[in-house]
Amino acid sequence: MTAEELHDVSLVVNGVLRTAQVPARRLLSDVLRHDLGLTGTHVGCEHGVCGACTVLLDGRPVRSCLMLGVSADGHEVTTVEGLTRPDGSLGPVQQAFVECHGLQCGFCTPGFVTTATAFLRENAQPTRDEAVQAISGNLCRCTGYQNIVRSVLRAAEIVRDQGVQP
Amino acid sequence: MKPPRFTYHRPESVDDALAVLAEAGHDGKVLAGGQSLIPILNMRLAAPGHLVDINRLTELAGVRTEADGVRVGALARHAEVEADDAAAGRVPLLRQGLRLVAHPTIRNRGTTVGSLVHADPSGEMTAVLALLGGSVELARLGGTRTVAAADFFVGPLESCLEPGELAVSAWFPALPGHTGTAFLELARRRGDYAMCGVAAVVTLDADGAVAEARAAYLSVSPVPLVLDLTEAVSGQAAATADWAAAADLARARVEPEADIHATAEYRRHLAGVLTARALAEAAGRAA
Repeated sequence: MTAEELHDVSLVVNGVLRTAQVPARRLLSDVLRHDLGLTGTHVGCEHGVCGACTVLLDGRPVRSCLMLGVSADGHEVTTVEGLTRPDGSLGPVQQAFVECHGLQCGFCTPGFVTTATAFLRENAQPTRDEAVQAISGNLCRCTGYQNIVRSVLRAAEIVRDQGVQP
Repeated sequence: MKPPRFTYHRPESVDDALAVLAEAGHDGKVLAGGQSLIPILNMRLAAPGHLVDINRLTELAGVRTEADGVRVGALARHAEVEADDAAAGRVPLLRQGLRLVAHPTIRNRGTTVGSLVHADPSGEMTAVLALLGGSVELARLGGTRTVAAADFFVGPLESCLEPGELAVSAWFPALPGHTGTAFLELARRRGDYAMCGVAAVVTLDADGAVAEARAAYLSVSPVPLVLDLTEAVSGQAAATADWAAAADLARARVEPEADIHATAEYRRHLAGVLTARALAEAAGRAA
């Protein structure tokens, strides 16, 4: 079998221009983890069901396991690593997950944090029902979700109290 | 859970895309949002030799609301169509159905036209297109053709596209005055495939009596099933119409199959319950 053709990909990840040479079939999740070393994005089911791999593509949440790396060429991607505050401390959503014990094993957490961040940018003062609906596409096998929902609502409080961007 | 090898093409124009698709023939597959195709590739259920990524074809982007309907381009994401107020005003059933398509994260990437081509019998937009009597515009090297919804869906996960063809847009026609629509479904979890779903349209006459009542069903038939239920409620006042009789008619006509999520009998039951509710809701909006 001949060597697999490689494609140049250049994308802005967490504000930094990154380039890689990848086979066309490499998923964006694998480009982030293997080629760019950003292992904060977790890969669970690899068919779009669990939501662990959710990243922000041009600001909107997408499943990075349901997108080819080559398709992200020229786009901006934000991973969970990119959601810290400028000084490197935890961002408001991350902080809320710590405060409310919104994780146990932590595998699903990056997907919840990215999803909740995008949600709070659109709806800064959600009701509990809206928060539940917003995270309904993400699976968690540990927490029973109660503290995750609390975390999303707490993140909204932090954003409001501190006047910061989610 | 990784896609098999393929040759990747990223044309910059529709003409280039059609040329590649013509050359690839049976071995070519179009990648738009990828929310159905990439799982299929990851699970190795398909192994196309050539993948044609149409995400750079800006000529296929956008949602255009016209006097008599809404044209959705092949690159319009579900979320974009859902958020389009003009489109929702002209064809309310679009937004009513789209809010039930998977999860918001999937709708950010998945395209409406792509979901039609995928022709999943549990797809909401297939039912919407079928109920409205819409159509899909297909392009191939040297020509185009327009296929009505009734001819477009051939079987489960099978639309009528020939090798070399590209679906460039879908047309969702507006309904006449005094007409209301509704879309209801039941799934085990929010955003999951529905065990049964019903899109309903009710038209009233000048006196507020039911002139026409139709419904489209998902997850109970190999292709979207459209039933005319008018005979059960014709001429009855919208507020007091016998929607239960229409539900009985629907139950008698659907032929669902069982799977691990629901028995055939349960799906039939749901078809009846959702029919009555959706028709009543649609009638309420028709006034």
